[in-house]
Amino acid sequence: MRSVLPVFTVMAVIIAIWYAAAVSMNSGWAYDQAERAGKELSFPELISNTMSQDRARLPAPHQVAVEIWKTTVEKKVTSKRSLIFHGWITLNATLWGFALGGVIGLSLAIAIVYSRVMEMGVMPWAVISQTIPIVAIAPMIIVMMSLMGIEERLVPKAIIAAYLCFFPVLVGMIKGLRSPDQMQLDLLRTYHASPTQSFWKLRFPSSMPYLFTSLKIGIAAALVGTIVGELPTGALRGLGARILVGDQFGPPIRIWSALIVAALLAGALVTIVGVLQKITLKRMGMLR
Amino acid sequence: MSKKTIIKAENLSLTFQTNDGPVHALQDINLEVGKGEFVSFIGPSGCGKTTFLRVMADLEQPTAGHITVNGMSPHEARRSRAYGYVFQAAGLYPWRSIGGNIKLPLEIMGYSRADQAERVKRVLELVDLAGFEKKFPWQLSGGMQQRASIARALAFDADILLMDEPFGALDEIVRDHLNEQLLHLWASTQKTICFVTHSIPEAVYLSTKIVVMSPRPGRIADVIESPLPRERPLEIRDTPEFIEIAHRVREGLRAGHGYD
Repeated sequence: MRSVLPVFTVMAVIIAIWYAAAVSMNSGWAYDQAERAGKELSFPELISNTMSQDRARLPAPHQVAVEIWKTTVEKKVTSKRSLIFHGWITLNATLWGFALGGVIGLSLAIAIVYSRVMEMGVMPWAVISQTIPIVAIAPMIIVMMSLMGIEERLVPKAIIAAYLCFFPVLVGMIKGLRSPDQMQLDLLRTYHASPTQSFWKLRFPSSMPYLFTSLKIGIAAALVGTIVGELPTGALRGLGARILVGDQFGPPIRIWSALIVAALLAGALVTIVGVLQKITLKRMGMLR
Repeated sequence: MSKKTIIKAENLSLTFQTNDGPVHALQDINLEVGKGEFVSFIGPSGCGKTTFLRVMADLEQPTAGHITVNGMSPHEARRSRAYGYVFQAAGLYPWRSIGGNIKLPLEIMGYSRADQAERVKRVLELVDLAGFEKKFPWQLSGGMQQRASIARALAFDADILLMDEPFGALDEIVRDHLNEQLLHLWASTQKTICFVTHSIPEAVYLSTKIVVMSPRPGRIADVIESPLPRERPLEIRDTPEFIEIAHRVREGLRAGHGYD
């Protein structure tokens, strides 16, 4: 478990910084309250006060942990206040967007690798598509979908997720499908192999390490896309909606717990793809 | 030679257009290779020996002249899978076992499963790798990998074997061993072999005909018909006949300004 120690070290550092920041950001309110009550705050009192405010500007990590516990384990999953409920809404759209973006990225990569025209015609647009801020495009997609009569919230969110997700898959797979060297391509030429055969026998298997690396980036991008898709239009469900509601109406602790859950979800998704990558590459003899 | 001509090149030239101007990789090559011959192409780098082999394999297109392989154009020969090609590196797929790698051309060419299995067994015995079918490339030494790649080229029914410095990256001891094995293989399969090398002893030891080439432009400097018998123990390399041929090859290389 050599890989765990560095992760936990960094996490410990982050939590320490977080606690320090919580004390300094919440101290203003604590001093205010003490002044109104005509009391002097001792240092231990100040610390314990900043750690336990109900509407802390920056809730302390243990408060967030408690909030997450309350809104996941102690709430029924059907409750509107359960983060598992909101997390599932987000995860569902993320997976649909990931699947859609993966298929689009992979198909475009194949087309571009096999066709010079596609490379010259499509590649610049793919690059341009990523220069447009997603927050600008997300509301338009949602509005357009509802104008087209698609009431299901899942569809526009999945499209926004796919919009962010396809690009890393496209770029990675172009590189992956081009990774066989000239000698290996020549060898297939001497067998008079068809393009389909050279794809399935050589190009696709060679691209596996690239595929999984781009899928890792892609699934994280899909989650970001989904959350952005939940932000702008007053959506009521999903982690993005939770973050927005917490931001505007609720106590900050709700944003923080939704944020942390979103981060954990992203971490879990990337880890799952990573495990699949290890298993596949090991079975293919590309990992020793 | 009264035997059937397998490869015939007439005034063959190939010029590469590069940013630094044209490069004459091959110029006015005339050569005939008869059935069952073992022909070595030797010369310094840049003499066009590999390019010539690639022209035979339809991997490069000549810019002038004419060449036939098995009585047809190289393109038709490639389409009819008339030759097996062995590259300098083994180029085995890491995700396929040795058996799976040898099956690769057979799958592409549409051999039946039963036939594939039978052929894999046979060629693995031929290159002395019986029992390694289920092993993966990384489990084999460099010499064994190259033997597997030769087996891959032998697995389908091609009468011609084109070999581009197949032992160039291997050490001398392994190379001696593989040269000996290659001669056995040649005797037992009756194939016509074209073999590119830059080792004089290797060329003399293996060949019935040695084509000495010189660079800039790539031309044939000398063609030596070897008087050595087909049956050749490694010790033949110490005989006066062997040394005489090696001397003539060296002279040919020098005459072609091969040491520029």
